[in-house]
Amino acid sequence: MDHYGNSVYLIENLCKGCTNCINRCPTQAIRVRNNKAVITPGRCVDCGECIRICPHHAKKAKRDFIDATDKYKYTVALPAPSLCAQFNNLEDINILLSAIKSIGFDDVFEVSAAAEIVSEESRKYIASHKEQWPLISTACPTVVRLVQVRFPNLCDNLLPLITPAELAGELARKQAVEKTGLKPEEIGIFFLSPCASKVTSVKNPIGMEKSNIDEVLAIKDIYPILLAELPKFVEQPEDLSRSGKIGLSWGITGGEVGGLLSDACVAADGIENVIHVLEDLEDDKFSQNLEFIELNACNGGCVGGVMNVENPFAAKAKMQHLRKYLPVAAARSDKYGEYNVNWTSEVEYQPVFELADNLKESMEKMNRIEELTKELPGLDCGCCGAPTCKAHAEDIVKGIARKQDCIHVLREYIHKLSEDIAELSEGI
Amino acid sequence: MADLMELNYVVSNEDFTRAGEASSDVKKKLKQLGVSPEAIRKVAIALYEGEINMIIHAYGGKIKVTISEDAITLILADKGPGIADVEKAMQAGYSTAPDKVRSLGFGAGMGLPNMKKNSDRMDIQTELGVGTTVTMVINL
Repeated sequence: MDHYGNSVYLIENLCKGCTNCINRCPTQAIRVRNNKAVITPGRCVDCGECIRICPHHAKKAKRDFIDATDKYKYTVALPAPSLCAQFNNLEDINILLSAIKSIGFDDVFEVSAAAEIVSEESRKYIASHKEQWPLISTACPTVVRLVQVRFPNLCDNLLPLITPAELAGELARKQAVEKTGLKPEEIGIFFLSPCASKVTSVKNPIGMEKSNIDEVLAIKDIYPILLAELPKFVEQPEDLSRSGKIGLSWGITGGEVGGLLSDACVAADGIENVIHVLEDLEDDKFSQNLEFIELNACNGGCVGGVMNVENPFAAKAKMQHLRKYLPVAAARSDKYGEYNVNWTSEVEYQPVFELADNLKESMEKMNRIEELTKELPGLDCGCCGAPTCKAHAEDIVKGIARKQDCIHVLREYIHKLSEDIAELSEGI
Repeated sequence: MADLMELNYVVSNEDFTRAGEASSDVKKKLKQLGVSPEAIRKVAIALYEGEINMIIHAYGGKIKVTISEDAITLILADKGPGIADVEKAMQAGYSTAPDKVRSLGFGAGMGLPNMKKNSDRMDIQTELGVGTTVTMVINL
């Protein structure tokens, strides 16, 4: 089984061993063991829900930092569309792009410009692959990982195109090589990311062998630095923006679908809603004419990313204001010469939830799980360290937990034991 | 081959919001068992269609799923009105669903045809006024 590393990790001394994260995790990837939350490798899809919910801030996302610019001779920043929606009273994207350059980058290449090309390529792909309808958006790495671990039948519906950030990286490096004459590896491509899952997808790429991005910075880390720089460029920003409405809108739910110029699409956001849509799709509940499904793990879309700063709904309003006077699309594929936007490696089902290697053994285990579940109180209190009684039963059968880890079972056991002792002592 | 696992569900009367509960649970279990994605897809679709049928036409019913090493058998039994003309009911697009149900987007006349399409063997035992039992087998 192909396990990939995760970006979400635990700061052990901050973890109190409470049940908040185990209950929130959409893939039941977390258990509390010895009073600390433990993430099961392979099951985590880097959605960031545990980072959001943890009251002790014990969950964090791995990422790179701006001092990594020292490693390269020439650097290009790739701002995510949602970055533009983090600031109050930003009237011109060029002000932001100029500020980004000033904090230590030689150039900027908007992910929203690449997104417009991905929209164009998506339209072509969807039109010529009716047998794969509805195609599922692959821009959110959490959605792709979720399909890979939970929805084996939907892997063939994944749109096999790289993300706008990856295409931006590819185009930015090519432009930088042409401009500077440097070797490709001497150029540092920095993605300014709204979420943890995009960090993971750079370290462990989806549909490609090696990512086009070198470093991933969190928007929340560079936000304060940018905030100080912005006022310097309000009067005379450099003309750097190359994207329009379609590209910028990728930062909010419905944006990707908007770029497809078709009504036969569905867009959903929030991890629970995403799962609901995928479940229904698996049961064939959608119309046969549905062409495309856009899914974003975060509420509101990428503006809801766990490494963003602004409230997602306020950010959405800012995005809508900002795009008002932009052209529909500014970046076109023919402006950028040769590029590759297709997946070059397979994205396959990863059966992380299987109980055993063969059906017979799996069924024996499942029968035992069903029996055990009936013996547990059914409160799903999480005190044993597993999110539900059912999950606890699974852990017992897998040999990674004991029945008495359930405090209710333990209480009964002790109660019975004390009765037995009382009875015994009476006989002495 | 002896049956190695049996799952039982009760489909409640006319509650559309709960339609799909059984198929959803079965689907989850089959994934854990490591059943092939293709077989899971067939079971999920056939069972969901069956559940909807039971709610629309038969005021609910019972579902029994048995899993052996070489096949999954779905038995959907109800005490509904029975099917007057099975041959007609099997035709794509033929429907006797009431308007109330059609207004919810169901009752397109694809239920039984879809169930047949997604099973390797399907058998319908029905008697007017007594009920219907649909048995579907999906080979593994």
